[in-house]
Amino acid sequence: MRYLVIGLIAGVFSALFGVGGGIVVVPLLILVAHFSERPAMGTSLAAIGLIALVGAVSYAFHGELKPGAAAVVGLPAAVGAVLGTGLQQRIQARTLSLGFAALLAGIAIWLLV
Amino acid sequence: MWGLALAAALGLVAGVLSGLFGVGGGILFVPTLTLVLGLTQLHAEASSLLAILPTAAAGVWRQREYGNVRWRAALLLGLGAVAGVEAGVQIAESLPEHALRRLFAVLMLAVAAQLAWRSRRKPPYAS
Repeated sequence: MRYLVIGLIAGVFSALFGVGGGIVVVPLLILVAHFSERPAMGTSLAAIGLIALVGAVSYAFHGELKPGAAAVVGLPAAVGAVLGTGLQQRIQARTLSLGFAALLAGIAIWLLV
Repeated sequence: MWGLALAAALGLVAGVLSGLFGVGGGILFVPTLTLVLGLTQLHAEASSLLAILPTAAAGVWRQREYGNVRWRAALLLGLGAVAGVEAGVQIAESLPEHALRRLFAVLMLAVAAQLAWRSRRKPPYAS
């Protein structure tokens, strides 16, 4: 039952923002369903795949989907994700993490002004 | 042509970052689709969801090897999302373009703050 509720919340969030919803699924699995961090991340990834699929189908019915544009960014990203997971073990992630945070904040401010 | 090449390169970078930090690619797909490929915010959000699928599949394939995926929970989460997604789509479609864009920018700031906080507390994923 609580998985259905977490899924419901993640679904609204995911469709509203066009993101997978991991940012809400991972903490909810840890806090509400008492997952530890790694199973929460792994399970969240599988759930994100399903949630994004439902979202993409729903948007397709509303005629908002641009499959060509999605393929241009999505297919290279899958290759990148495999590379990134491999790098995870080797990189000092702290500095990079702050750099990534700064990048996101920069784009956000660009979008706001 | 250059726009397509740049978008593909940014897609690759987004994938690497999502693998590194465990954040979905969507947070970077959406601005790439609007700022580089010129999609509207709504079209970008819709297409980002489709673009997430190969990245999530690649991630699951890796995590599955470590036994980190609980399939029953994941399936129930997906099932619960069906109703939620429809509500999210309706809200996104009813908001004006600039409001949706600003709301997304606020989400990016929140994710940035969370990343900064996590890196301050402990080295993320050091194990």
